[in-house]
Amino acid sequence: MVYSLLVTFGIVNVYSATFKETLHGLFDISQPVGKQVFFLFFSLFTGIIILIINGKFFEQFAPLGYIFGILLLVGLFPFGKTVSGATSWYNIGGLSLQPSELAKVTTALMIASFLSKFQTNLKSSTTLLKIGGYLFLPFLLIVLQPDPGSALVFGAFFFPLFREGLNYAFLAIFISVLVLFFITLSLPIGAVVAIISLLIFILFFVLKNFNPKIKIWPFLISLMVSIGFSFSVDYIFNNVFEQRHRDRVNIVIGKEVDIQGVGYNINQSKIAIGSGGFSGKGFLKGTQTKGDFVPEQHTDYIFSTIGEEWGFLGSFTVIFLFCLLLFRIIIQAEKQTNKFRRVYSYGVAGIIFTHFFINVGMSLGMVPTIGIPLPFVSYGGSSILAFSILLFIHLNFDANRLQ
Amino acid sequence: MIRRFFLPFVTLLTAVVFIGKLVSLQLVNSSYKLLSDGNAVIENFIFPERGYIYDRNNKLLVSNQPVYDLMAIPENIAPFDTLELSLLLGVSLSELKNQIENAKTFSVKLPSIILGKISKERNAVVQEKIWKYQGFYLLKNSVRSYPIPIASNLLGYVSEVNKNEMKNDNYYQLGELIGRQGIEKYYENYLRGTKGKKFYQKDRFNRIIGSYEKGKYDVPMKGAQNLILTIDRALQHYGEDLFQNKRGGIVAIEPQTGEVLSLVTAPSYDPNILVGRKRSENYRKLALDTLAKPLFDRGLQAQYAPGSPFKTLNALIALQEGVIDSKTSYICNGGHYYARGRFMECHCQVGTHNDLLSGIYRSCNTYFANIYRKTIDQTGENTAEGMNIWNKHLKSFGLGNFLGYDLPVGKKGFIPDAEYYNYWYNKGGWKSATVVSNAIGQGELLTTPIQMANFTAAIANRGYYFQPHFLKSVSNDSLQKVYEKKTTSIDSLHFETVIEGMHQVVEKGTARVAKINGIEVCGKTGTVQNFMKINGVQTPLTDHSIFIAFAPKDDPKIAIAVYVENGYWGARWAAPIASLMIEKYLNGTVERKWLEDRMLNGSLLEEYEKPYSGKPFVVNE
Repeated sequence: MVYSLLVTFGIVNVYSATFKETLHGLFDISQPVGKQVFFLFFSLFTGIIILIINGKFFEQFAPLGYIFGILLLVGLFPFGKTVSGATSWYNIGGLSLQPSELAKVTTALMIASFLSKFQTNLKSSTTLLKIGGYLFLPFLLIVLQPDPGSALVFGAFFFPLFREGLNYAFLAIFISVLVLFFITLSLPIGAVVAIISLLIFILFFVLKNFNPKIKIWPFLISLMVSIGFSFSVDYIFNNVFEQRHRDRVNIVIGKEVDIQGVGYNINQSKIAIGSGGFSGKGFLKGTQTKGDFVPEQHTDYIFSTIGEEWGFLGSFTVIFLFCLLLFRIIIQAEKQTNKFRRVYSYGVAGIIFTHFFINVGMSLGMVPTIGIPLPFVSYGGSSILAFSILLFIHLNFDANRLQ
Repeated sequence: MIRRFFLPFVTLLTAVVFIGKLVSLQLVNSSYKLLSDGNAVIENFIFPERGYIYDRNNKLLVSNQPVYDLMAIPENIAPFDTLELSLLLGVSLSELKNQIENAKTFSVKLPSIILGKISKERNAVVQEKIWKYQGFYLLKNSVRSYPIPIASNLLGYVSEVNKNEMKNDNYYQLGELIGRQGIEKYYENYLRGTKGKKFYQKDRFNRIIGSYEKGKYDVPMKGAQNLILTIDRALQHYGEDLFQNKRGGIVAIEPQTGEVLSLVTAPSYDPNILVGRKRSENYRKLALDTLAKPLFDRGLQAQYAPGSPFKTLNALIALQEGVIDSKTSYICNGGHYYARGRFMECHCQVGTHNDLLSGIYRSCNTYFANIYRKTIDQTGENTAEGMNIWNKHLKSFGLGNFLGYDLPVGKKGFIPDAEYYNYWYNKGGWKSATVVSNAIGQGELLTTPIQMANFTAAIANRGYYFQPHFLKSVSNDSLQKVYEKKTTSIDSLHFETVIEGMHQVVEKGTARVAKINGIEVCGKTGTVQNFMKINGVQTPLTDHSIFIAFAPKDDPKIAIAVYVENGYWGARWAAPIASLMIEKYLNGTVERKWLEDRMLNGSLLEEYEKPYSGKPFVVNE
């Protein structure tokens, strides 16, 4: 239900964002909307087949599927089509396919299968290493395309892994890495060192009060590591990142205000969303959208079209629908007794969340520009197909929960 | 538990943060809405053609003519022969290249003006060849056109608005035209109409991609209106011709309505030079001519002493105050001793008996010195009160203040009162003898020619006048402005003797030259002393020649005041010019060709050179 709402809304907005006088209808396959509609039907068709298939098939198919996904990614290097610098597509009869989207599905299945099949223990380092490997392989292949945005989505698997018992230390590291990363970039390195030292010493003395036996050296080590990390972030940011990456990050943390150059997309997107007001300008009436001010509006910046033409109501509805979808998936996942299915469904939720978080956050200017689609809504045949497959497999599992 | 709720919690947190941001962007902060409009909506204006101006007989004074702007869209320009185009346009090669570069800097996708205001004549040639130059095209525009080059100060001109005008009136935007000076300025709102607005949706290259919201916010253009002035084109033209090579002004008024028939100021300029590409250059030349002052409207702005014509008013005041009657007479001994050793000269022969009638037509200084002193002294020792009574009567003729006519420039003139003399001489420090110059229109008095013409009209009407004005009617505007009748403080019965005196001035007095066969003309000459500081020394210049008149005596159709700077006595220049104007207006043609030729050919340019020659010079030759 939520799925169909999102998909329909997606079509409507892709229609608006790519609207031109020359458009003949929804089904003109030479136009973006036509393609999108075509892929939608194809996805629905695929979805129905998936629902019919016995759920056990996916469990057995997982390793094979994973290998197939990896092969497709590898195959891009000799056979792929290069669009704006990234070799990410296969060209099949005029339609482009993006295997990195499919790889999400196969990897989700693989991780789930691995975690359930063997009596794996997430506390053992060999298991962790293996999982790391499964994730790192597609990640590396996609980074090499290069399409770092799509690769970043593999971070989404943190959520199912954490759910399944990944050590809290990883959560702590995950969060502190993020926090350190941003404060290092926002503040001068000296201030960062001072803040970290202060925080750790306060923590130490507070804990010392409760437990006088606690030793100081683990704190000193984490202080050293933190400071070391800060310095390396500083170094990596300034020496390893390319300028455009630096710019994207700088804009979000407010270090740079350049609305003509690199900040253009975000600024125009914010203008589009902001100008929508409460109820929006109405379908096909977005002046920002029609004037093509926001680049990539039918794909990565689809949310700005929604914001402009449907206003706060529309944007709120989209966010609400995504929450609803995610909660349903998570609740259904928790109900699963089968570990494979639970991990898989949780993976689906993680992936959708990651896309949602990055895409909407980017349109609102709160997350650095990372070009990934908004699930079900953005234009992109492979994207809608992959997300449909992801979801329909989950639905299959949910429907056959008692098997 | 934490593991289970981690993702739902993060999801919820994200959703809340996003919605918070949405609230701030879409609901709280309205600046994004404005940014978006500035971004994506373009406002285009449609300008109505500026209104025409006609004279009282519907003869054209100002119309419009097409000019052409050569436009170009840089990205469409194909390589072309720049030299050939520059020759075709009549501009230098470097100027042309410069303009094209500027256009590229502005925008490669939007049109820019390469050369503005190409004349109709040159356009004929350019139009034929422009197809050869891809990316260039001609855009029709319109500028003012004057079929007869007259009345330039009265009509004014148009030019682009400046920053101040844009600040004061948000109707105007950069590059738009506004009326300056004269009728163009005063009736700007009628003449310009109201521009229409059309909103278009534009894309990120600023190209128009369609109308915005189906024209919901568009404002239709409101057409400009044509003006019909009170000016008589033929009379105006004739007056300007008569004034060639002279300085001064003519104001002619229809007494029964207050309509200004002509307003001549000389020297003037050809209004066509303030149109088109050379406008600013020509304007600078006019503005920098501080000697001849062609932009100075002498009819409205020049303040001269009123001279002898002012005697008519002093006579009326004396009659009204009852200090004399029409029979009162004085003996003139060629002048008047008004204080020990102070003597006011007069042209009368020694022993002449003058009553009011002959006092006027002989312009006897002695007579008017006497009746003026009687007016001031009527309140005994308290001359201040007498002075203020005199002042009040003059104010009722519209002197010493703006007349309220519909042109943007003017001067108040000056009529002294008791307070003024108290300030200069201390209270009680002055007597009627001290200020006796006022008796003959000299002294502290200052009037503008239009004030002179106006009081002449009031005399012609026997005691009232209408506010002088220049607008007769507005096309498509039935609303007719009603002009208030202003009654002077002199009873109408006192006018007849004075008017008879003015008639005698023309019949047998100082201005016999102004006599016209078949028309009873009433007039009064004047010869006004004037001075100029040369190297710090107050030096007398040749007197101004002035004349006021109205005609016909019993059914006045025209009242006129003429000032000819440094023309010497009144009958020499001013009276003939006034007389010719009256003849032209009432009869349509002028029979006295000899007089006409003398006026047309007469030049005072040598006279105007004298003070600047650096050598001693003779005045009143």
